[in-house]
Amino acid sequence: MEKQEYLDLYRQMVVIRRLEERAAELYQQGKIGGFLHLYIGQEAVSTGLISAREPQDRVITAYRDHGVAINCGIPVNMVMAELLGKSTGTSKGKGGSMHMADVSRNYFGGHAVVGAHLPLAAGLALGDQYQHNDAVTICMFGDGATNIGFFHEALNLSKVWNLPVLWVCENNLYGMGTAVDRASAVHEIRQKACGYNIPSSCVDGMNVMEVREATEKILADIRSGKGPYFLEAETYRYRGHSMGDPERYRKAEEIHHYQESDPIGIYRNFLLGLDSITKEDLNHIDDQALQEVEKAVEFAESSPEPTPEDLFKDIYVSERC
Amino acid sequence: MARITMREAISQALWEEMELDPRVFIMGEEVGVWGGTYAVTKGFYDHFGPERVKDTPISEAVIIGGAIGAALTGLRPIAELMTINFAFAAMDHIVNEAAKLHYMFGGQMVLPMVIRAVGGGGRQLGATHSQTPDAIFAHFPGLKVVSPGTPADAKGLLKAAIRCDDPVLFIEHATLYQARGEVPEGDYTVPIGKSIIQRPGRDVTIVTYSKMLEISTKAADQLARESIEAEIVDLRTLRPLDMEPVLESFKKTNRAVIVEEGWRSYGVGSEVASRIYEEAFDYVDAPIQRVAQKEVPLPYNRDLEQMAIPKPEDVIAAVKEVI
Repeated sequence: MEKQEYLDLYRQMVVIRRLEERAAELYQQGKIGGFLHLYIGQEAVSTGLISAREPQDRVITAYRDHGVAINCGIPVNMVMAELLGKSTGTSKGKGGSMHMADVSRNYFGGHAVVGAHLPLAAGLALGDQYQHNDAVTICMFGDGATNIGFFHEALNLSKVWNLPVLWVCENNLYGMGTAVDRASAVHEIRQKACGYNIPSSCVDGMNVMEVREATEKILADIRSGKGPYFLEAETYRYRGHSMGDPERYRKAEEIHHYQESDPIGIYRNFLLGLDSITKEDLNHIDDQALQEVEKAVEFAESSPEPTPEDLFKDIYVSERC
Repeated sequence: MARITMREAISQALWEEMELDPRVFIMGEEVGVWGGTYAVTKGFYDHFGPERVKDTPISEAVIIGGAIGAALTGLRPIAELMTINFAFAAMDHIVNEAAKLHYMFGGQMVLPMVIRAVGGGGRQLGATHSQTPDAIFAHFPGLKVVSPGTPADAKGLLKAAIRCDDPVLFIEHATLYQARGEVPEGDYTVPIGKSIIQRPGRDVTIVTYSKMLEISTKAADQLARESIEAEIVDLRTLRPLDMEPVLESFKKTNRAVIVEEGWRSYGVGSEVASRIYEEAFDYVDAPIQRVAQKEVPLPYNRDLEQMAIPKPEDVIAAVKEVI
């Protein structure tokens, strides 16, 4: 990897962290409505995964989707504007926190019903297989999604049809407030892939380089026609499930324990161990990220609200056909 | 004009559209090697091959979800549900995904897909395989819901649905597959979202669709012998609902009976009656009547089942109520 590439991964992770922190503030100020699920603590998973994709590879995820949007190349302005429900947002203010997408960047959302996007991912991969596109679909979901029927239907079909899809379970130990061992008969989530004869492995989701290197190899295998693969990324979210989380299910010590393996901290130390990268390089990025997010807040706040006419736009492509 | 069955008409529509457009493909349970549970896709597998006629596992959520994903890549999938009763296993993907993605993501996602499903009762299949839940699906903005009553409409509407850039739920009635009718030669479509007067009359307006068109026509034949001329409006599309021919007819007859196979409560009849009251109240000469399924899960026993489903006599009685 070139220096610039290393620094860009760092930039993405820091931008996500600052974006999410600012979003939490705006939520508390009442400027962001609905549900807000922050990606803080899990930045290395999405950053590592998506940095390994080719532009034609498709990405789809669940409702914890702001970070994924940044990794897919959506400007911070558009993400922030969507959070504020503005017409300049990724979904023109109609989707909100849980429904961000940019089809032009092969990012298909942002889906709020747990596990419901896994069948869609199978379909995206089917579309590429049918059209002989050289593309892989990366589908991210939480540990909680592995307990719903959609997961099992989608994994089964992906293997039966040998679809080019990478299933990525972001295991952050809790489905909302219910710990994995209280909800899943199998505690080692990736064992569920065995039931569908899908090869699997586990990666440290707090280490962006480890995620990226594993993903590069897996994507190459899938692209060569080897069919679906299941990657479990062990990670941890530092904030609640959403902003309305009473956090009665875990202790502060547990959070502090995982904060010692902060994905940004780990990566920062790794970068400082390289000869080519200095503390100044990283501090400069830190400052820039802060400014970028602040500018995005200004952009979003000064952006126009959707108009009353927009209420009835885009229900159908055409009313009659 | 050729006289063919509804089954042949639907089969022809699928075949012709697949010949025209390589992006069109079929996925569903037993659509391929078996030839379709109702033999609609018989011969397709051998002609178009397994890539375009895809047999799926019994997994309704991924049949519909998979079709959505494939549509997002620019394909035009036709997802088949063996019966509409199984749509409940895919409900999330029909109403939370297919009906919403275009709007919810600000217009950037386009889903040119058709969901074909077989509905209706009268075949002693019991409560879980005999339902007519059309109104439930028509409740959701974002979905188009079509249910033809004649072979000509079935062919033209299905071809329109396949060419449509929005998700269309296309509901076929199991006991109409053998129904015969004149079908135009050559390539044609019938527009989605257009109701039509199927039979002219001056005394009363019967509003109906799908299998109940047949039942209403039998009733109208009988009424004609008693010098009562019923005008029949076939909705054909439940969403978006075209009320124009209904209102036009009602303003002439001032009386209406709405006939549907589904349950009466919260049904198609409730919607159409409300709209008539809202938009043509000054023309109302008698309370609008609704003929619908009795409010029971459909029983297996043949006589009991027939008692629950609307018959021509029920329509005739309702017409005499408003005349």
